[in-house]
Amino acid sequence: MDTKVIHRLEEIVGKERVLTSIENRIAYSYDATPTFSSLPDAIVIPESVEQVSEILKLANEENFVVIPRGSGTGLSGGVIPLPNSVILLMNRWRKIMEIDTENLTALVEPGVITAQLHQEVEKLGLFYPPDPGSMTISTIGGNVAENAGGLRGLKYGVTKNYVLGIEAVLPTGEIINVGGKNVKDVAGYNLRDVLIGSEGTLAVFTKILLKLIPKPQASKTMLAFFNSIKDAGKTVSSIIANHITPATLEFLDNTTIKCVEDYAHLGLPTEAGALLLIEVDGHPAQVEDEAEKIEKICKENGSTDFKVAKTESDALKLKTARRSAFAALARVKPTTILEDATVPRSCVHLMVEKVQEIAKKYDIIIGNFGHAGDGNLHPTALTDERDHDEMKRVEMAFDEIFDYALKLGGTITGEHGVGLAKKKFLPKQFNSATIDFMRKIKEVLDPKGILNLGKIFDFKPKCEGRLPTSREEIEKYSGLWV
Amino acid sequence: MLDIKIPSELIIQCMHCGMCLPVCPTYNLTLNEKSSPRGRIRLVKEIEDGNLPITDDFVEEMYFCLDCQACQTICPAGVKYGKIVESTRIKIFLSGKDKQALWKKLAFKFIFASNSTFKFFARVLKLYQKKFKPLLHNLLPERLRQIEELAPKISDEFSDEILPEVITPKGKAKYKVGFLTGCFMNVMYSIVNIDTIEVLLENDCEVYIPKGQVCCGSIMAHYGDIETAKKLARRNIIEFSKYELDAIVINSAGCGAFMKEYGEIFSDDKILKEKAENISRLTKDINEFLYEIGFKKPNAELNFKVTYHDACHLAHSQKITLQPREIIKSIDGINFVELNESNWCCGSAGIYNILRFDDSMKFLDRKIENILKTGAEIVLTANPGCHAQIEYGLKKSGKNIKVMHPISLINLAYKMSKKLKEAEVDSA
Repeated sequence: MDTKVIHRLEEIVGKERVLTSIENRIAYSYDATPTFSSLPDAIVIPESVEQVSEILKLANEENFVVIPRGSGTGLSGGVIPLPNSVILLMNRWRKIMEIDTENLTALVEPGVITAQLHQEVEKLGLFYPPDPGSMTISTIGGNVAENAGGLRGLKYGVTKNYVLGIEAVLPTGEIINVGGKNVKDVAGYNLRDVLIGSEGTLAVFTKILLKLIPKPQASKTMLAFFNSIKDAGKTVSSIIANHITPATLEFLDNTTIKCVEDYAHLGLPTEAGALLLIEVDGHPAQVEDEAEKIEKICKENGSTDFKVAKTESDALKLKTARRSAFAALARVKPTTILEDATVPRSCVHLMVEKVQEIAKKYDIIIGNFGHAGDGNLHPTALTDERDHDEMKRVEMAFDEIFDYALKLGGTITGEHGVGLAKKKFLPKQFNSATIDFMRKIKEVLDPKGILNLGKIFDFKPKCEGRLPTSREEIEKYSGLWV
Repeated sequence: MLDIKIPSELIIQCMHCGMCLPVCPTYNLTLNEKSSPRGRIRLVKEIEDGNLPITDDFVEEMYFCLDCQACQTICPAGVKYGKIVESTRIKIFLSGKDKQALWKKLAFKFIFASNSTFKFFARVLKLYQKKFKPLLHNLLPERLRQIEELAPKISDEFSDEILPEVITPKGKAKYKVGFLTGCFMNVMYSIVNIDTIEVLLENDCEVYIPKGQVCCGSIMAHYGDIETAKKLARRNIIEFSKYELDAIVINSAGCGAFMKEYGEIFSDDKILKEKAENISRLTKDINEFLYEIGFKKPNAELNFKVTYHDACHLAHSQKITLQPREIIKSIDGINFVELNESNWCCGSAGIYNILRFDDSMKFLDRKIENILKTGAEIVLTANPGCHAQIEYGLKKSGKNIKVMHPISLINLAYKMSKKLKEAEVDSA
């Protein structure tokens, strides 16, 4: 990148807020997605919404790509730098500006850590349900940009269900405000929902207004083991059919159970085909009633062992099995590829069985666990990125997994986003008119393609004058050639 | 030029998920990715792959790291971060890119390398503290003055000089245990050593204190001088192997953690391998050992409000967190309050507070703030580095809160029990 541009960035945010050393560039070359990485030209740390606006205007003038970044825990390569790009680092915007206990809302800056927001609102007897796996460090801005989910999705929904309003800067530098504290508000297009899940391609968020709910009074945790994934699947369907909506309804398959037992020594039966972790919450009387019904349903569907937590520490012990699933799998091999294929919840057992079949076919290890209640699975391949042959087989296996998920009416991504990692699968899920609709929105808002270009789908450059010929020239417009 | 290769298995195990960021003290200070475990591992990877030379900024980042290993406790993938940092520091040390390397090496060689020279320096410091401090203190340059204040009062008597080689309990001995007097513990907190021995005797242990033992070598190893560290380790392995022991008891978290690594360090040494492994297997932190043998519950009541700070090398390196708490809570009358962020580094980190005073104070301020919130009268911690650092921080804050080793607290309770018993006998 031209030193002239770097100087102009320094004029906007101050010299010490533009990082260009090779060490810093390396440290911002990745996120939590396996195998993707690329160096940014600089890292810019803005302090105010005006500075964000100035940076974006400069990007339009000087033609460089801007990539908003929070803590970099995304799993779809959403913040992987592109050639000729700068990272717009928002992780220092950590203020919770207001918790309104009368309207039950929280106004936060985008860099607020999800778990810290949980802590603060829970002190006031309030509840912010979205709890993605990385919540101890993920930012609210990142959660909104990816429309993050979590364990409590079944009963409480995902991030989009809790965003009331957004202050954002458009790719061309204008500052906009969408939504607000009103429960009902139908003035104009529902632009807020266009921004949620836009993966940093449509706007940079600078303030977010969130909905809070009262904290449930009581909860009860249960753990049930089954001989087969089919029995566990039938149990899930039966719980839902009985009009019970647990706060948590999670499953582990046999491979994952074995890895967890190896790692955490919890005394789990390693021959079990599946386990379900179930948690109900709400009014104490309702919790008791639902827990009883669930026990009955589990036993009717062939549960081989059923445990109910009597105390808080009991509950924690039961939850350890599910909580350590990812850690247990990640230790087995150097490279861990965590996916999030999602299907309508009635099809969970079909999907799980298919994943096992595919793993066998390609001779790879895939542990499967996830949110059985909402159909969001986490087939996790355990491999070694240095073993090219095995990596190839992993790739082919995931191609088949996604195809099957789509066949069942599912989606290629339940909560991680498309980014770079799922880009090639998007045309399988949508017809070209639908993708074109998305692309048109992008083109109108970001005519020069400066905001997180090349994520979700490729951007068709509009050329004036001669067509670009060299790779360098082309990359300037369309980002990475993935 | 000498060089070492950091095994790619160690590096590639990191899946850069970022779960280490929220627990890393340096990342939380700068909010800069390169000051995080994930960022540092990536930099090491680029160096190992030949994409980055050892730059000044890289060296700075590797020494900015406290090596507290909090990231290792939280890491889902089981990355051995401590090993990566320590090997990288050896690499930097050998490369000649560490500008402080020469004087670090000299200091390690001359101050720590033998018990007698270490004690000589301690005596000089004691003499200074007693006679000259009031006169000279204000004349020192600011930097030196800060570091001088950091040094705790040198003990009047060094524990290894008043303790015989073998001490037998009153009744029949159930266990034969070796004891490391350590370097800092021996001269700065020799009373903690005496307390440890009294507690061991109370729990029917026969205690062996090899006269030829030296510093465990952890400080040198953590700062890249593996040669000096190995020399010292070798000596200790030989000294402690002279007896048939059931355990080797350590009351300094850092020493215990390092002695548990002896086996691995000498894994390619044909002669010492077996002995080193045996020493590592026998090594137990005093809290760990007492808990394992089912220590005697004291009969006296101590009415104090106390809290506990987890030393990094106990909590993160040795995963010992439950045992000291159980020991403290076993004493009747104790009001135990959990310390918020109890397993966050206090900034002492070996000799980090001497080498990087300013950074160290930022971590200490956070620790002291948390301690004051507990309202405790006593802070318990099981490592001399943390002990001195927190003592310094509390003194600076003007609060009258005492710092103690958990073993000193339980020994106090044992002593009280004895007094009560004697009083009972007298009145009968």
